[in-house]
Amino acid sequence: MDFAIQTEKLSRIYKIRGGKKSEPKSLAALSDINLEVHRGELFGLLGPNGAGKTTLIKVLTTLLAPTSGQAWVAGYDVAKDPEKVRPRINMVSGGESSGYGLLTVRENLWMFSQFYGIPSGEANRRIKQLLEIVGLADRLNTKSSDLSTGLRQKMNIVRGFLTDPEVLFLDEPTLGLDVGASREVRRFIRQWIDENRARTLLLTTHYMVEAEELCDRVAIVNQGKVLACDTPASLKRRLQQDVLFRLETSPLNGVGAEIFQSLPGVRKVTHRPQDGFAVLELILEEDSILSSVVNAMTTANICIINLQKREPTLEDVFVDLVGRSMEEVESSEQ
Amino acid sequence: MNSEQLPVISQSPIAGRPHKNTGWRLFLQTVIARAYPRVVGQQGEKSWMFFDVLLPLGGVIAYVCVYKAIGAPEDYVGFVVMGGAMTAFWMNVLWSMSSQLYWEKEQGNLALYIMAPNSMMAILLGMALGGMVATTLRALVITIIGSLMFQVQYVVSSYLQLFAVFILAMTALYGMGMMFASMFLLLSREAWHLSNLAQEPVYLVSGFYFPIRNFPFWIAAASSIIPLTLGLDAMRQLAFASGPTLGFISVGIEIGVLAVLCVVFLTAAHFLLAYMEKLAIREGRLTESRR
Ligand SMILES: Nc1ncnc2c1ncn2[C@@H]1O[C@H](COP(=O)(O)OP(=O)(O)OP(=O)(O)O)[C@@H](O)[C@H]1O
Ligand SMILES: [Mg+2]
Repeated sequence: MDFAIQTEKLSRIYKIRGGKKSEPKSLAALSDINLEVHRGELFGLLGPNGAGKTTLIKVLTTLLAPTSGQAWVAGYDVAKDPEKVRPRINMVSGGESSGYGLLTVRENLWMFSQFYGIPSGEANRRIKQLLEIVGLADRLNTKSSDLSTGLRQKMNIVRGFLTDPEVLFLDEPTLGLDVGASREVRRFIRQWIDENRARTLLLTTHYMVEAEELCDRVAIVNQGKVLACDTPASLKRRLQQDVLFRLETSPLNGVGAEIFQSLPGVRKVTHRPQDGFAVLELILEEDSILSSVVNAMTTANICIINLQKREPTLEDVFVDLVGRSMEEVESSEQ
Repeated sequence: MNSEQLPVISQSPIAGRPHKNTGWRLFLQTVIARAYPRVVGQQGEKSWMFFDVLLPLGGVIAYVCVYKAIGAPEDYVGFVVMGGAMTAFWMNVLWSMSSQLYWEKEQGNLALYIMAPNSMMAILLGMALGGMVATTLRALVITIIGSLMFQVQYVVSSYLQLFAVFILAMTALYGMGMMFASMFLLLSREAWHLSNLAQEPVYLVSGFYFPIRNFPFWIAAASSIIPLTLGLDAMRQLAFASGPTLGFISVGIEIGVLAVLCVVFLTAAHFLLAYMEKLAIREGRLTESRR
């Protein structure tokens, strides 16, 4: 077995202490997760808010005990042998505020490297090297409290790579970054994994593009369950028999998207109202079904502004699996 | 050369596998690294002169004035100056040790400390050591200013014992701080209130501003659980002419008790820390409470 990460029926239940009167509730953040991540893989967990991504990372990084089931990282059981797992891993979360604002970028990174036993001189050399790669070399002696969000996040990411872990966990590494900074961070992540196939990286994201462009394999998670796990291409191939259309129409004016959903041959419809028009995403069993949808629209007095046939994305895979778009899942959580 | 078995990745732009120490080297590295921000950070704060030096000095001056007015023995002035200097350590333990792990948790550092292969005991020791070094500077400033201001006369009977008592008292005090830090780990904001609550009463019963001999025996004995009480009493006995006559119990016994306190507090810190870490991992309370 040469898996970098493996889980078997992994579950985590949180006890939620409410007010004094209410009964303590429990919430299954992870239920029966089975995952196998190969050495050398860049593996993505894709899911909406509250899917359980961070919870899974916490369990795998020995920071949270599973309620039941087992997990192994770098060949060791995370619950039984955390001291074996810890020297082999590292973790960075998006938007984290670790370290001390009074220390400079170099000093903060140096401090964390010491907790892994890297000799001081070597640590400083590596810090310089890595900061150059992420374009932060000129900030070596800037107080970390003076960094912008993007630069701060680059520093955090360097902290993760500094110890050259066997398995690196990145929880939403591009959270809150602008397009340019996100792209740079992604390029760096890809480069790191490609350079040495002994490295493994697991990242979480709720950006579809990130999962699609960056990851070798992706697990789609929702409500603590893995719904599908494959390469982005294979995941999309599930929808190959289907045809996808994107329609811009006049506002639906109270007509529910359900009326299209119920038409024979229509697999999924999602509806996003925009300013002055509506966007409908259709997953159909075949091209010819479109005409019945168009007929139904005409009957309902909805006019089509734009119609486009397109290739499936991971977003469509998610809709196909869950029945709603990630956006809809997230807004209904509130 | 077959000593280099690892694949050659050192030319890679993203530096290859670094050497990593383990065992006592890692422990020592961790202590030093965690002490570092304490030492650097605390000096960086410009406000320390005011809070850490002027406030204790204010207390010292007030007590000295009272003692002069009521005609207390001359050495009481020296006692107060010494007590004022030692309050700096007490405040440091309360504010920067006990509630520290709670702040580290909110900051997100605690999870990173626990996830790393180091020992949490080394983290706590580093915090203590850094705090001690930074505070010693403050205590020295208070001592020097106070001594010059009131022309304190020191008559040291044994420098060796004085030094030993100081070190023992510091070890026991910071050991206690480490124990509190572990206990406070799972508390949230209450940690801060508890520290606030403990500050003033301890000033009183620990005899920062007068010898504890003035207390009934059992009150003095009970307050000896706080290492500064006996430490301060012994240091006064060793550094002032009238010290021995105003002391609580003999310096020898005080040294013995302090040594026991060191062992008790450090051992308790060790076990509590391990227990609290387990509990926090089980209950999912290692990360900040916001999310
Ligand atoms: N310490 C905790 N105590 C109780 N419930 C928690 C705790 N941490 C997370 N949860 C709940 O568990 C579920 C999963 O949370 P988790 O943070 O793992 O999701 P996520 O996929 O990382 O979401 P996001 O995209 O918002 O980061 C959520 O419903 C969350 O409210
Ligand atoms: Mg999360």
